[in-house]
Amino acid sequence: MSVNIPEELRFAKSHEWVRVEGNIATVGISDHAQEELTELVFIELPEVGRELEQEEACAVVESVKTASDIYSPLTGKVVATNEPVSENAGIVNDEPYDGGWLFKLEISDADELDGLLTAEQYRGQINA
Amino acid sequence: MLKRTPLFDTHQSHGARIVEFGGWEMPVHYSSIIDEHLAVRKSGGLFDISHMGELFITGNDALAFVNRALTNDASCLAVGEGQYTLLCRDCGGVVDDLYLFRIAETEFLLVVNASRIEAVVEWMNGLRARFEFADLGFENRSDSLGAVAIQGPTVESFIDECFSKESIARRLVDGVSGLKKNEIGEFLFDDFRVWISRTGYTGEDGFEIIGENDVMPQVWRRLLSVGHQACLQPIGLGARDTLRTEMGYPLYGHELSESISPLEAGLGFFVKLSKDEFVGKSALAAQKAEGLRRRSVGFKMLGKAPPPRPGYAVLLDGETVGETTSGTVSPSLKRGIGLALVSADIAKIGCEFALEIRGRFYPAVTSKKPLHIE
Repeated sequence: MSVNIPEELRFAKSHEWVRVEGNIATVGISDHAQEELTELVFIELPEVGRELEQEEACAVVESVKTASDIYSPLTGKVVATNEPVSENAGIVNDEPYDGGWLFKLEISDADELDGLLTAEQYRGQINA
Repeated sequence: MLKRTPLFDTHQSHGARIVEFGGWEMPVHYSSIIDEHLAVRKSGGLFDISHMGELFITGNDALAFVNRALTNDASCLAVGEGQYTLLCRDCGGVVDDLYLFRIAETEFLLVVNASRIEAVVEWMNGLRARFEFADLGFENRSDSLGAVAIQGPTVESFIDECFSKESIARRLVDGVSGLKKNEIGEFLFDDFRVWISRTGYTGEDGFEIIGENDVMPQVWRRLLSVGHQACLQPIGLGARDTLRTEMGYPLYGHELSESISPLEAGLGFFVKLSKDEFVGKSALAAQKAEGLRRRSVGFKMLGKAPPPRPGYAVLLDGETVGETTSGTVSPSLKRGIGLALVSADIAKIGCEFALEIRGRFYPAVTSKKPLHIE
């Protein structure tokens, strides 16, 4: 099974992806991350309105075996969270880049985007 | 340097995810923990348990020694029978929980936890020196022996196809499936001798097979091939843990330790205070007489909550009254379950309490074991 890494996304070294539309960044975890974490059974999302620093732990995804922190790839304010995944964490395994997004941020510092990995760089990091 | 079992290459060829466990490189899962867990409950699963230790105690004083060292009553074991038992310190703390099999009149096999082999050997050597039995042999064969567990409701239907019809040991059994729960026999796998017991750590019917390292890959392949029709599949340590947690079985280092007594762990049935002197007896008898201050209980989460994990605080009316020792999502119930060591006054079934998880509080209730039966 090959790992899906969409070309149009940016990635954090800690395996979150970012899709930018205007000043809003949608954040999720990569296909590689969901595969490594295995079947997710619980997801804790940040509260809407919370101000996040870049690389701040802001969500938790749990498999049967372990709990893992998710880090905000950018500084910004949480403007939306994906409630369906907190009801059914398996969506993140099934469609990590679509229905399995985690939260949306209002971007505070667009320059931070330049520091994130391109799809190609991320592919290099995980040796996919 | 991490140790590898004789089945390491086999696991890799099955595409297992390998993790470090107690100094060993072991498969945590092959497909997924949930799939594997449900397969064992529904049909059957095959586990590599070669990391576990095998100790042999022999001689005319073997029975007297094991009965002096261990908490359960070994004198009631006939040849070919086994029992769950504990090795304690004099203070009642647990060195290890283990299975004791009487494999001959004057020969016992002890199956101990991988992470405790050294501690058990060291303590047993000390006890041998202390008791000065005249005719007592002690051999640690953990490095040369491998083991697999085969567990699940369908296993009995095909196990006899893999081994000799009759036990070649001192006691006649009609095929492996002729073993009763906790019995052990010596059988032939092709020309190789293997020990097979009807025991396990999943709550399902099943067997554990111990043989020389070299033979184990063939045993593994034969079992998988014969069990294929019955949907037998390889199972990793991840599901081994969720299966035992559903049953409420203790895991050393979690429910049991040097500082948790078997009575506190709810294992009083395996501590025979009525038998003659044994290591830890006076401490455990005193603990029982004074009344236990804390006890291990099973619990289930109420409502939507993160999966419980070891080390979460147990609160009652805002006060900390204990700590979780094991926890997971029950694949059978799709609900958080676990075990906790709590103050004795909340250690009764149906007691509601709160678990603190990352600064929030979630309701849970102490529950009867097994935890996956509602």
